[in-house]
Amino acid sequence: MKRLSSYRRHKAAAPLLLVIALLGIGTTFNVASATIKAAPTTFARSAAIDEGKQIFLKGCSSCHGLNAEGGAIAPSLIGVGAASVDFQVGTGRMPMADMSTQAARKEPVYNAEQTAALVAYVASLAPGPAIPTDAVLNYERDGNTAQGGELFRNNCAMCHNFAGQGGALTQGKYAPTLMGVEPKYIYEALITGPQSMPVFSDKTITPAEKLSLIKWIKSAEAEPNLGGATMGRIGPVTEGLLIWVLGLGLLIAVAVWLTTKAR
Amino acid sequence: MTTAEKRIGAAANFVDERIGAAGWVKKSLNKVFPDHWSFMLGEVCMYSFIILLLSGTFLTLWFDPSQRDVIYEGVYEPLKGLKMSAAYASTLDISFEVRGGLLMRQIHHWAANIFMAAIVAHLLRVFFTGAFRKPREFNWILGIILVTLGLVEGLFGYSLPDDLLSGTGLRITSAIIQAIPLVGTYISFFLFGGAFPGVGFIPRIFTLHVLLIPGIFLAVITIHVMLVWYQKHTQFPGPGKTEKNVVGHPILPVYMAKAGGFFFIVFGVIAFISAVASINPIWLYGPYTPGQISAGSQPDWYMGWLDGLVRMAPPLETHAFGHTVSWNILIPALIVPGILFTGMALYPFIESWITGDKREHHLLDRPRNVPNRTALGVMSITFVMVALINGGNDIFATAFSLSINQIMWFSRIAIFVLPPLSFVITKRLCLSLQRADRDLVLHGKETGRLVRMPSGEFVEVHEPISAEKRWILTSHEQPVALEIEQIDARGVKRPGALKNKLRMRLSKAHAVAVPKVTAADLKEIEHH
Amino acid sequence: MSTVSNEIESFEDPGTPAHVARAADLNPRSEKRAEQQVAILFALSGLGSLLLIYSYVFVADDIFIFIPVMGDQNAHQLGLGIGMAMSLFFLGMAAIHWAKTLMPETEVVNHRHEFRSSNEDREEFVKTVKDGVAGVQLGRRKLIKRSLAVSMGLFALPPVLLLRDLGPLPKKQLETTSWKAGTRLVTDPGNRPILASDLEVGAVVQTLPAIAEGEERLLSDIAKDPVLLIRLRPEDFQLTPEKLAMTHEGIIAFSKICSHMGCAVALYEQQTKHLLCPCHQSTFDVTRGAKVIFGPAARPLPQLDITVDAEGYLVARAPFNESVGPSYWERNSQ
Repeated sequence: MKRLSSYRRHKAAAPLLLVIALLGIGTTFNVASATIKAAPTTFARSAAIDEGKQIFLKGCSSCHGLNAEGGAIAPSLIGVGAASVDFQVGTGRMPMADMSTQAARKEPVYNAEQTAALVAYVASLAPGPAIPTDAVLNYERDGNTAQGGELFRNNCAMCHNFAGQGGALTQGKYAPTLMGVEPKYIYEALITGPQSMPVFSDKTITPAEKLSLIKWIKSAEAEPNLGGATMGRIGPVTEGLLIWVLGLGLLIAVAVWLTTKAR
Repeated sequence: MTTAEKRIGAAANFVDERIGAAGWVKKSLNKVFPDHWSFMLGEVCMYSFIILLLSGTFLTLWFDPSQRDVIYEGVYEPLKGLKMSAAYASTLDISFEVRGGLLMRQIHHWAANIFMAAIVAHLLRVFFTGAFRKPREFNWILGIILVTLGLVEGLFGYSLPDDLLSGTGLRITSAIIQAIPLVGTYISFFLFGGAFPGVGFIPRIFTLHVLLIPGIFLAVITIHVMLVWYQKHTQFPGPGKTEKNVVGHPILPVYMAKAGGFFFIVFGVIAFISAVASINPIWLYGPYTPGQISAGSQPDWYMGWLDGLVRMAPPLETHAFGHTVSWNILIPALIVPGILFTGMALYPFIESWITGDKREHHLLDRPRNVPNRTALGVMSITFVMVALINGGNDIFATAFSLSINQIMWFSRIAIFVLPPLSFVITKRLCLSLQRADRDLVLHGKETGRLVRMPSGEFVEVHEPISAEKRWILTSHEQPVALEIEQIDARGVKRPGALKNKLRMRLSKAHAVAVPKVTAADLKEIEHH
Repeated sequence: MSTVSNEIESFEDPGTPAHVARAADLNPRSEKRAEQQVAILFALSGLGSLLLIYSYVFVADDIFIFIPVMGDQNAHQLGLGIGMAMSLFFLGMAAIHWAKTLMPETEVVNHRHEFRSSNEDREEFVKTVKDGVAGVQLGRRKLIKRSLAVSMGLFALPPVLLLRDLGPLPKKQLETTSWKAGTRLVTDPGNRPILASDLEVGAVVQTLPAIAEGEERLLSDIAKDPVLLIRLRPEDFQLTPEKLAMTHEGIIAFSKICSHMGCAVALYEQQTKHLLCPCHQSTFDVTRGAKVIFGPAARPLPQLDITVDAEGYLVARAPFNESVGPSYWERNSQ
C-alpha cells in the first residue's frame, strides 16, 4: 500500500483515476442494464400484450390516448394493425420527437422485444394489417425487376423520385428516400399508408406486385452509377450547378493562366 | 532552300497562281488579337460547338429517331421486356452496348451545358464592358439570336431520347404552344403530327436538331466571328492602347498556338467531367409515358428560369364567350421572355439613344465607370436567378428541409423586390469604386508603413501609383447628360416633348458619376 | 448635343509599357527546362491516348473499382474517359506552355481604320444603284408591276400549303377521351378491374379505361385517359350535390392530367387529402372537387362520374363533362 500511495502525486495519477472511475461506472451500468434487458426471448402471448400495454401507457398514451382511441394531435390506433406499429416504432418514427412537419426516421427508442410487445398490444385492440413473414418477403424469387420498375414509376416516383431518392410534398412535408430501407418496412409502409402516404392494399397492388416493387428498389439501390458520380440522382439541378462551378470554373482558371505572361 | 521549303513553296505557288491569295493571307496572319482571359469565353462557346458537332455525329451513327414501339431485349435488366420507343431503346444501346457510347453521350450533353453557360458568361462580359456599342450592334443581335437558338437546340437535344423527364418537358412545351390564342391548337397538332405526344415529333425534332438548326448556327457563328475578325476585337483601356489601335499578339505563331491549345483544353475538361460525373442517366428515368411523373422534374438549367417563372405565376385564366386564354402560361412562358430577349437585342440602340453617343467605340468600359448599365445588368441577373431558384424549389425544399409553398411565396415577392434593390445597391457600389479610384490617383496606394509626425500623430505613407495604373484609372470618358432644348430661339416647340423629357431624364441618370481626377487636381494636391 | 466631358485636361498616355523578357529568353537553362516541361506535357497526352486504347480493347465493362467520394465506378468507362481527357487536355497544355514560354511574345500594334467608306466611294455606290434601279423602270411599266405583284402573291401560297399534311386538324380530339358510359376502370399497370371493396379509406389507385382483349393503348390516349381513384370517408366531402352524385360510397375519380400543363397529378397526400402536381406545384383539394388551392393551375381537375356495374366493378357512368388537360383557345371553360 505504501508503494501505491507513493505514486499519489504522480502527474498521471489524476487522469488515470478518472479513466478507471469512468470505466467502472460504465461497466457497472452496462452489466446492470444488461440484466434488465436480457429478458427471455419467448413470451407467452398475453404476457407480451401486458408488457406492450405498459410500454404504451408510459410512452404513447400522452398523444394517442389511454385506450389508443386517439386525440387532437394523434390518430386512433384501433385497427391500424401489427404492420403499422412495427413500421412506425421499428423505424424510430414513433415516439415522435419533433412535432413540426412530420415523423422522421430516426434511431428507434424501443428495442426489438419492446417493439414486438407494442405490436402485440395494438394488434389485440382490433384486426388490422399483419407483419409480412419472411416467406412472403422472398422478393428475389417472387419479384420481377422490370415489372417492379413500371409499378414504381406509376405509383411511387411522383413522391419518392424516379430513383427513390425522396421528394417534396406541400407545406414542408416530404416523401423520404427509399435507399437503405428494409424490405419488411417497404411492404409495411405500402399496406398501412403512414402519414401522407396513401394506402396500397393487397387488392390494388397484389403481393406479387409489391415484391416486384421491392426487388426493383433494391436493384436501384445496388446499381452503381455507370457514367460517374450522380450528385444524388436528382436530375438537372445538380448537373447545372456542377457545370457552372466545376466546368466554367476550370475553364476560366485555364484562361487566366493562358493569358498571364510567363515569368 | 531546304527540301521542306521547296515543297511548301511549290504548293503555295500552285494555289497562288489560281486564286492570288498571298496578299490577304499575309494580312490575315499579321492580324493581332488582344489578350485577356475574359475574351476567351467566346472561344469556349465556339469550341464547345465544334465538340457538339463531333460528338453529335458519333451519336447519330447509332441513334434511331423513331417513336415506333419496340420491346427492349438489351443488357439492362431493370428495363428488359418493357415496351418503349425505338429512340429510347437505341439510346439505351448507345449507353450500354456501344463502347465509348455512354462517354460520347455524356460529352455531348455536358458540352451542351458548357456551351450555354459560356454563352451567358460571354454575353455578360460583352454587356458589362460595353463591347456591343457601335460598330458592333449587329454582332450583338447575332449573339442574341445564338443564345435563343441554343435554348431551343438544347431543348430538342435532351428530348430526343424520349425518356420520362424530357417527355414531361415536351408535354409542357405542347401546353405552351396550345395556349396561344386562335392558332395554338393548330400549331400544336401540326408540330406533333396529331394529339400529344403524336408519332412524328421525335423524327421531326431530330431533323431540326441535327440538320436545320446546326446549319443556321454554322452560318450565324461564321458571320459573328468574321465580324470580330473584320472589325477587330475590342481591348481594355491601358497604356499604349487607343481607340485607333489594337495591341496584342499576331496570329502566327502565338495566338494560333494558344487558341488551338485552348480548344484541346476545353475538349479535355469536358471529357474529364464526362468521365467522372454522370449526366442524364435515362435508364433510371424510364421510357416516356404521359401517365407517369417523377418528383423533382426540372428541365436543363438554361430552361430552368422559364420553369421557375411558370411555377410562380398566379392562376390567371380568362373564360369568356366560349373561349379560354391562359395568362398563367402565356405571361411567364412567352410574353416575359419575349420582352426580355427583345429588350436585350435592342439594348445597344436604347443606350445610344439615351447617351446620344454616335461614335465608334473600340476601347472597353470598366464596369464601374458605367454605373447605370452595370446596375441594369445585375438587375437582370437577379431576376433570372430568382426565377432559376424557384424552378428548383422542390429540390431545394428536399435538400434543405424547407417548404415549397414558402419558397414559392418568397419568389413571387422577391422577383419584384430584389431586382430594383440590386439595381440601387450595384449603382452605389460602382460609384464608391469610382471614389476609391479617385482616391488612389490623388493620394497613391497604401504602403503599410507608419510614420510618426513631429506633431505626434501617426500617418500611413502613401506611394504614388505608376503612370500606367494612373492612365487606366483616368483615361475613360465620363458621359454628360443630354441637353435637348424644348423651345428654340424663335419660340418653336420641338416635337416629341414627352419622348425628349424621358430621354433627358434617363441620360441624366446615366451620367451620374464621381468626377475623375484631372492633371490639375493632382498638381493641387502635390502642392500640399 | 455635346456628349463628352473630356475637354478638361486629362493625363498623358504613358505609352506601351517596356518589354520584360522571360526567363527562357535570357537564361539557356530556363529555356531548356521549359522545353522539357513541354515535352513532359506531350508525353502525358500520349499516355492518355494509350489509356483510352487499352481500356477500349482490354478492360471489361463489368469491373467496378472504388474511388473515394465518388463510390463504385465502372473501370472501363473511367479508363475511356480519363484517357480521352488526358490526351486532349495535356495536348492543349503543351501547346499553350510552349507559346507562353518559348515563342516570341512581343506585342504588336495594328492600326484601326475608320469603317465609314470615303465620300467618293459612297457617291459611286449611290450612282451605281440608282442607274441599276432605273434600268428596271418599274415606275413606267405598270402592266409588269401589276402582273408581277399578282404572280408573287400567288407564289407565296404553295410553300405554306405544302406543309398542310404535317398534322390533322384538332377538331374534337382535345374534347374527347376513351371514357364512355359503362367503361370499366382498370389498374395501371396490370389492367385489372377494380371492385369498390378493393379500396380502403386512404387508398389511391392509378387507373385507365378498360380496353378490349388484344387491343393496344395509343400514347395519345394515355395522354388524356388516366384517372385517379381516391377513397375518403363520405363525410369528408364538401361537394355540391351534383358532384357528390358523381362519387360512389366515398370513392371519387379525377382526371390525372393536370389542368395546368398536362403533367400527371399523381401525388396524393393521404392526411391533408391534397393532390400535388410535381411540375409546377399546383395543389388540388380532393374534398372540394379538386379545387385549386395553391399554384398556377386555374381550373380544378375534371371529375369522372363513377358507379359500380352489376358485378360490383367500378365503371364510368358517363364520359367527362369537360375537356381534360391544359386549356386552349377553343375550350369553353365556363
